[in-house]
Amino acid sequence: MNAPVKIETTLKDWETDQEVRWCPGCGDYAILKAVQRTLPQLGADPSNTVFISGIGCSSRFPYYMETYGFHTIHGRAPALATGVKLANPDLDIWLVTGDGDGLSIGGNHMLHVLRRNVDMQIMLFNNEIYGLTKGQSSPTSRVGTKSPSSPIGSVDYPANPCAFALGAGARFVARGFDVSKKLPEVLKAAHGHRGAAFIEIFQNCIVYNKDVFHDFAAPKGVEDSQLWLEDGQPMLFGSEKTGGMKGLKLNTNTLGFEVVDVAANAVGEPDWQAAGVRVHNVKDKMVAHLLSELVFGEFPMPMGVLYDDPAPTFGEAVSAEREQASAGKEANLAKLLATGQTWTVDGTAQDPV
Amino acid sequence: MATLAAPREEYTDAPEAVVVRFAGDSGDGMQLTGGQFTLSTALAGNDLATFPDFPAEIRAPQGTLFGVSAFQINFGSREINTAGDAPDVLVAMNPAALKVNIAALKPGGLIIADTGAFTKRNLDKAKYDTNPLEDGSLAKFDVLAFDISERTIEAVKPFGLGNKDALRSKNMWTLGLALWMFERSRDPIHAWLKDKFKRKPDIADANIAALDAGHAYGETAELSGPRATPLRQQAMLPVESSPGLYRTITGAEAVSLGLVAGAQLAELPMFFGGYPITPASAILHHLARLKEFGVTTFQAEDEIAAICASIGASYAGSLGVTSSSGPGIALKTEAMGLAIMTELPLVIVNSQRGGPSTGLPTKTEQSDLYQAVYGRNGDAPMPVVSASTPGDAFECAIEACRIATEYMTPVMLLTDGYIANAAEPWKVPDPATFTPFPAKFLTEKNGVEGGEELLPYARDEKGARPWIKPGTPDLMHRIGGIEKAEGTGHIDYAPDNHQTMTDSRRNKVLNISVPDQEVCLGETSGTLAVVGWGSTYGPIHQAVRRAIAKGCKVSHIHVRHIWPMPANLGDLLRGFDNVLVPEMNTGQFKTVLRDQFLVDAKPLSKTSGQPFAIAELEAAIAKFFDDIPGNEGGQVAVNDDQLPSPMLDG
Repeated sequence: MNAPVKIETTLKDWETDQEVRWCPGCGDYAILKAVQRTLPQLGADPSNTVFISGIGCSSRFPYYMETYGFHTIHGRAPALATGVKLANPDLDIWLVTGDGDGLSIGGNHMLHVLRRNVDMQIMLFNNEIYGLTKGQSSPTSRVGTKSPSSPIGSVDYPANPCAFALGAGARFVARGFDVSKKLPEVLKAAHGHRGAAFIEIFQNCIVYNKDVFHDFAAPKGVEDSQLWLEDGQPMLFGSEKTGGMKGLKLNTNTLGFEVVDVAANAVGEPDWQAAGVRVHNVKDKMVAHLLSELVFGEFPMPMGVLYDDPAPTFGEAVSAEREQASAGKEANLAKLLATGQTWTVDGTAQDPV
Repeated sequence: MATLAAPREEYTDAPEAVVVRFAGDSGDGMQLTGGQFTLSTALAGNDLATFPDFPAEIRAPQGTLFGVSAFQINFGSREINTAGDAPDVLVAMNPAALKVNIAALKPGGLIIADTGAFTKRNLDKAKYDTNPLEDGSLAKFDVLAFDISERTIEAVKPFGLGNKDALRSKNMWTLGLALWMFERSRDPIHAWLKDKFKRKPDIADANIAALDAGHAYGETAELSGPRATPLRQQAMLPVESSPGLYRTITGAEAVSLGLVAGAQLAELPMFFGGYPITPASAILHHLARLKEFGVTTFQAEDEIAAICASIGASYAGSLGVTSSSGPGIALKTEAMGLAIMTELPLVIVNSQRGGPSTGLPTKTEQSDLYQAVYGRNGDAPMPVVSASTPGDAFECAIEACRIATEYMTPVMLLTDGYIANAAEPWKVPDPATFTPFPAKFLTEKNGVEGGEELLPYARDEKGARPWIKPGTPDLMHRIGGIEKAEGTGHIDYAPDNHQTMTDSRRNKVLNISVPDQEVCLGETSGTLAVVGWGSTYGPIHQAVRRAIAKGCKVSHIHVRHIWPMPANLGDLLRGFDNVLVPEMNTGQFKTVLRDQFLVDAKPLSKTSGQPFAIAELEAAIAKFFDDIPGNEGGQVAVNDDQLPSPMLDG
């Protein structure tokens, strides 16, 4: 992507005249607003922005964004977006998908768009359920989820979107949730990353899976239930009011994290060094893996940027390959058609016409 | 096929065409041998057609029946349309190759066999109890059996190769002999070997030595006297063809070049999304080497991603192209519906193979016609163009690009395994003679009221919507697979709107301008029209030519535009008393013709994975012409005089 020209816009400029058709109270509204609030801050140009989605509640998103938009077919948005990006590398692409669209029917394409590192922001709205088809369990549903297709509770193990993304080779993996005030910061970080930027956004399905993220997304007790990661900062959570500061320490024997209490130092600041709390380094892939796999309850839910280590993008590689392959060659169709061993019939005695 | 020659009135025994089949183990290099023989034959000015027939296995166990690979070439001093029915010459590099191919050989035909490969072990693998070269079972053929293996080892000895490496040149030795038999020049093969083994001059020299030794063997053997060997040298005069520059071309090459030409004529960069599948991969391979022509090739993670990425590229302003074969096309089906709904240009190439399911990956069939014309959910009309010969595939690819961009629609281009792999001489066209069809993009709002409104689904006189590239200032809009409101393209489930949009999509495709159907051989009316499409062109053409020479009122009609069909086709067919539709399927085009025109089209089916033989079609045609002398077919009237008399015998 060429250095984009910053454009002055307001939230209103990103709203379409289309009626938003999500259920009242759906987490998607909050995400829509967060995105519409973030884009002006990025100086993004609506004419140069494309929202591409698959199928599902989340995938209605493009209709509500006053940008270019393509509502494609179930699971295939990453493949279609790859073609868009290769055909016009200057476009700023946002992919919108869900847990069913992105990890079930489209799991293969998600794997490949991440490993190829196609430059785009990928927002996976995870509500742990199939909403648009009326509430069947999804690949991220927890074991025991009761649904029309699993009346006595689902029996299959859920996929972990961030762990999947890291395993697929993603160079940017982040987490947020629908009503979080910090979601725009996560979106900005993703936009700033050159390459495929994967964001898992926990999203409350008010009808079929209500409050499934309540334990960590509810405003009450966020100090203890959420760990917001920041590059170069210690992994601290908790508060003096709620039973003291805590932190994550890497146990080098078990190669796993453990929760440690952090006491205050002489000036009343948390003495995290003394407690051995790990400092977050967004380029540390192994730690990102550990964070993505932390079990909520025993640990807080890690949020923010888990991993951010840019690498050359697929688009750049394809352009470079084309340049290399074309170097010194002339695109002469007449010559191309006459390639190979040819012969001429000219109407002589030897060559009768 | 070269330019069409006038039908000949008589057929003599003079060898104006010869069919040679090279057969051996898949590791024996038969395809290479055939390919090089084809090249030297083309350079000698003969018309020709080839048929490579190879196993699906990459390296089947050596010497086995299912590991046999064959390459047949029909060449001559007259127009050639098919790879020939029965070979005149069979080169059998091992017992399995003989066993698999002997049934096809003409009685009196020549077998050239390598006795060095007719070992006990190889005979066992080919399930021969006794050596057929020695047990008299080949009495009705001429047999030239000698130790090619040993002679090859002898010839390459100076280059210090081990026996195993030396035997790799066996195919070149055989090729040398074949070149001698038909007075072909060795020069182009020498040049090719030197180029191919540029970095290994020893290998090049060894192969050249083997080639020359095979050639010399022919000369020496002939000198030993006409009685001593069945080996004969046969001259083959060049065919009469129109002046110009020629090359050989396979269907896969022709499709690739046609797509490049089509993208240039549309003034668009091309995006090709593909996934490896036999026999379509060759197109991906060709295009991957043509990046300087603004071609981006993308090997996707699966067939679905290949077409979706191509649709995405078309959306962004490139000419999206995807290619596959039956099972892969099935996977792409849902995305074709998306391209139809979003009305974006797209070319889908289907190199058909035997089906259903995995079917016969390396064999040819035309059984995806229903899939092409009808095979999608919903009312999903899509134009279908079908190539009849390797050279024709070039023009068809351009035609597919034209329809896709002018009408904003996906187009399917049908070829098949036979066309994809077969080679024929091709008169190199001059790009200056092609008519360009530059693509247009919308650059400003197109609404009627003061230009303030954007109507992504407004239609032009052809019924096509505007092509709007993302990135164009102020033309932001949303498209997708949900039904669109007429004009604005917003989501709209209203009953009237769906009726309108369904009709618009249907009419757009039905009104695509396609040329009137011509009769490619014979009169425009008569007793019988033989109606073909795709790669049956060659055998139908030859069979009809022969039938006309015998006085039959038969015509050959070959349809390129399968959907929509030429406007005059119905009237044309009604001018014939009978319509016969030979197809390598169970009668799919026949059904479409009946449905469209209420004509009593009769099927002639073949689904053996092999192309029609001319003789099969001649026999089918003959059934309509019992009154023509020498052409009796069907039921023969009982002749009472010749009935056996039990009285006399008793």
